[in-house]
Amino acid sequence: MAFEGIGASVKRREDGRFLAGRGHYVDDMNRPGQLYAVIRRSDRPHARLRGIDTAAAMAAPGVVAVYTGADIAADGLGGIPCGWQIHNKDGSPMAEPMHPVLAIGKVRHVGDPIAVVIAETKAQAKDAAELLAIDFEDLPGVADLRAAAAGGAPLVHDDVAGNVCYDWHIGDKDAVDAAFARAKHVAKLDLVNNRLIPNAMEPRAALGECDVAGNYTLSTTSQNPHVIRLLMGAFVLHIPEHKLRVIAPDVGGGFGSKIYHYAEEAIVTWAAGKLRRPVKWTAERSESFMSDAHGRDHVSHAEMAVDESGRFLALRVSTLANMGAYLSTFAPSVPTYLYATLLAGVYKTPAIYAEVKAIFTNTVPVDAYRGAGRPEAAFLLERLVDAVAHDTGIDRIALRRANFIPADAYPYQTPVALQYDSGNHEVTLAEALKTADYAGFPARRAEAARRGKLRGIGISTYLEACGIAPSQVAGALGARAGLYEVANIRVHPTGSVTVFTGTHSHGQGHETTMAQLVADQLGLPLDQIEIVHGDTGQIPFGMGTYGSRSLAVGGSAMVKAMDKIIAKGKRIAAHLMEAAVEDIEFKDGAFRVAGTDKSKALAEISLAAYIPHNYPIEELEPGLEETAFYDPKNFTYPGGCHVCEVEIDPETGVTKVVNFVAVDDVGRVINPMIVEGQVQGGVAQGIGQALLEGAAYDANGQLLSGSFMDYTMPRADNLPNITVGTEITLCTHNPLGSKGCGEVGAIGSPPAVINAVVDALKEYGVRHLDMPATAEKIWSIIQANRPKMAAE
Amino acid sequence: MYDFAYRKPASVADAVKLLATEPEAKAIAGGQTFIPVLKQRLNKPSSVVDLAGLGLSGISVSGNALTIGAMTTHAAVARSAEVKKAIPGLAMLASWIGDNQVRHRGTIGGSLANNDPSACYPAAVLALGAVVKTNKRAIKADDFFQGMFTTALEADEIITAVEFPLPVETSAYEKFRQPASRYAMVGVFVAKGPAGVRVAVTGAGQNGVFRVPEMEAALAKSWSPDAIAAIKVSPEGLNSDIHGSAVYRAHLITVVARRAVAAAA
Repeated sequence: MAFEGIGASVKRREDGRFLAGRGHYVDDMNRPGQLYAVIRRSDRPHARLRGIDTAAAMAAPGVVAVYTGADIAADGLGGIPCGWQIHNKDGSPMAEPMHPVLAIGKVRHVGDPIAVVIAETKAQAKDAAELLAIDFEDLPGVADLRAAAAGGAPLVHDDVAGNVCYDWHIGDKDAVDAAFARAKHVAKLDLVNNRLIPNAMEPRAALGECDVAGNYTLSTTSQNPHVIRLLMGAFVLHIPEHKLRVIAPDVGGGFGSKIYHYAEEAIVTWAAGKLRRPVKWTAERSESFMSDAHGRDHVSHAEMAVDESGRFLALRVSTLANMGAYLSTFAPSVPTYLYATLLAGVYKTPAIYAEVKAIFTNTVPVDAYRGAGRPEAAFLLERLVDAVAHDTGIDRIALRRANFIPADAYPYQTPVALQYDSGNHEVTLAEALKTADYAGFPARRAEAARRGKLRGIGISTYLEACGIAPSQVAGALGARAGLYEVANIRVHPTGSVTVFTGTHSHGQGHETTMAQLVADQLGLPLDQIEIVHGDTGQIPFGMGTYGSRSLAVGGSAMVKAMDKIIAKGKRIAAHLMEAAVEDIEFKDGAFRVAGTDKSKALAEISLAAYIPHNYPIEELEPGLEETAFYDPKNFTYPGGCHVCEVEIDPETGVTKVVNFVAVDDVGRVINPMIVEGQVQGGVAQGIGQALLEGAAYDANGQLLSGSFMDYTMPRADNLPNITVGTEITLCTHNPLGSKGCGEVGAIGSPPAVINAVVDALKEYGVRHLDMPATAEKIWSIIQANRPKMAAE
Repeated sequence: MYDFAYRKPASVADAVKLLATEPEAKAIAGGQTFIPVLKQRLNKPSSVVDLAGLGLSGISVSGNALTIGAMTTHAAVARSAEVKKAIPGLAMLASWIGDNQVRHRGTIGGSLANNDPSACYPAAVLALGAVVKTNKRAIKADDFFQGMFTTALEADEIITAVEFPLPVETSAYEKFRQPASRYAMVGVFVAKGPAGVRVAVTGAGQNGVFRVPEMEAALAKSWSPDAIAAIKVSPEGLNSDIHGSAVYRAHLITVVARRAVAAAA
């Protein structure tokens, strides 16, 4: 048998069904008597709802029900809750305006749900939805962050002054001010972190059911079904958890956008209860563009104080963060504890102060998207470090090396709350530079110049915090949820194993990686192990998958549960082999009496546990099933170095990424092939953000990039072959030593790409440009600086 | 999409009759534009008249013309030995339209009848001085394109074939693709053939495909990329959107035209 344990590049077990079109997604589910819900959404960015005439829609063929915000309110339902509370500088809580399931009084963004039409067929529901007569009174809207934060902007919520959700800060302002006062150089940079639209391959969908006994089931495209059950059951629909089951079956990508509790989930569940028939809703792609939470959207000013030798003395950052029209589930945490706490990066900057204003606008709510806050921090910092290099003339690599937190300084306490446990930035930097043949770049640049092309190289040395998260820390920072993870391991009588995990796989390959982990620890072949996830009816309360947490937190819970299995197995084995428990050792799937040839396989132990005829029944319960809840002591801190090489066609401004190297320290790797795939995908999204993607709104809030005709997703031919390497320092506080790999690609790559573009354009006097670095943007820069070059 | 009746006539005459008698009927060729339009409920036809099965596909060379049936797919044009030999630029253009799926469904007649301002085929048809043949008449390319999504076609008229005059001495197509849709943001077809030296631009103009007389005159004197390198096209009348301003598109026309000439040389 080929090695299938930790470190083996086992092919993904789930891919057979996905590649053969046999995955089982929410929209594949159809129930007898099922009805179809279609949401009528606002096509206005901001308008008062003077009235909704539902009569024609109600009278249309096949229509069973039409509901508006008034019906939701009449049933006493709650608004959509926010799972994170931030406090302002003055200690007061953030503004948390009502987020109605269906609009009440006003619509606040294009895509805001106004009414739901439920009919026998989807076509009938769509036809009827067009018959709803909605009397809008258009109001001025505001989409741009700076405009919304400026005085006199239209108010998204009448009771939220200045559109400010919160005005928060972190760090030691006085220490920073003092350091700036004595600095030799101060490098300043204004940056925009562009707004992204997630675009998971599978659009969101939800199917609500209610049986005769009032037991509800919601099948939904979720990364965390327990969180949805808690939020929707407790806060919106007031259904107790034992009467509500949430299932997240195969889910086709999430990238964060399927973490949140969305209105449609509450609508179909509530309607199924009222109508006593299953109700299904499936988003069309254009709905996804205007209703899935968007990502990023920051505007920042950053300043680094530097001494004469290039040492960073202090960092000062001021950021505006777009919340969109309402607070999505975890939105407030993204620009605060997932962003500003990362501003130390890999550098020993002794003093940091950051202030963040979160702003409401007439746009789709913004929340975590692959990386969530950390890409914004890495982009700001790695651009700023290059700006320091530019301004001081110090080599950008030497500058980084001079400021790295040295490997022997770990554990390292940053000035912005986090304590890093492990890392070695010199090693990942050196490996990446070697792999990318950084030393050979000047020759490649000269060769490109002979072809009329501008070639540039950029690096980023980044660090992120994932493995989210210690519950107490998260709670102290404003989380309204725990962030532990759970595993239940059931060894069946004949020795095969079912693992129930509170994490959820929507593309990550958990069914393989987690099975490898369990196979390795229990000494079983992979085909004896089944991973079950995504069903609150089967699994203990778990927190789901986001923040690269599934292995570091969920896998650690599995290790803890297996420890319990092995401990109990030893006691059973000791009884069966008439030995002392202390003399039993477990190795390669067998319990042995140390120093003898006596042994019992796990299957023999499990059989004895379920058929306890010869069993220590006085001291031990029958059965072999254990649950562990694992709450990590700290975040995990993957980091690494990304090197990007680009070629720009100065005639058109088109940038081609010609080489990309990612060397990441993700801690212990279970399946190298899956890790490489995760990094490749993350880098693809990072290159997408850097060069191609950007949600476009007009000033009023009309969405201009509402389809794939106008929103530029990266395609295969936009991407180079990506070379992925891993260097390992182990996480010191979880039993696996794993850190997480899901987001590193999307965090480390955007600054590497832009640093490369800036490098390519340096002869044109370019010091910074914002993402996406589109062809026209670059061409315009080249045009604007041509005369200067000619003059020189 | 809204409900509609699906009709599959057996002859061109029957198809025309259906379209003439039902004002809200629409013809469907490959459907690569029309089906997405229907799915978005942007059009509500009473009937959809399928032009497949009317014997309108095929490629032939006879005498002084290359004739392509209206229902010939882009893929068939791209891989046709006759097209590659007679007008290589045309085969190149067809091989770049959309993606593989689109090329196996989309047709030359459908593309021309729709006259999307970002479509590729209009550039070739105009640059090569082709003749659009319909059930009623033959329409010269110069008269066929009448602005964005507008053609000389009448309500009871369908394209049956496109006739490209031969011999074409040289031809090439280059395009700068809109990054999201991959339609032509600027597509330039250059040709030297029976219709003279022509440069036709698609994707850039608000009113669809157009010719660039200054470039044609320069190339007629000297067929070389350098001959047109200094010719600037006015941004007046060009499209401007989130992917490119009119000024940028105007600049790209010269770059793309030069590259097309280089490819054709």
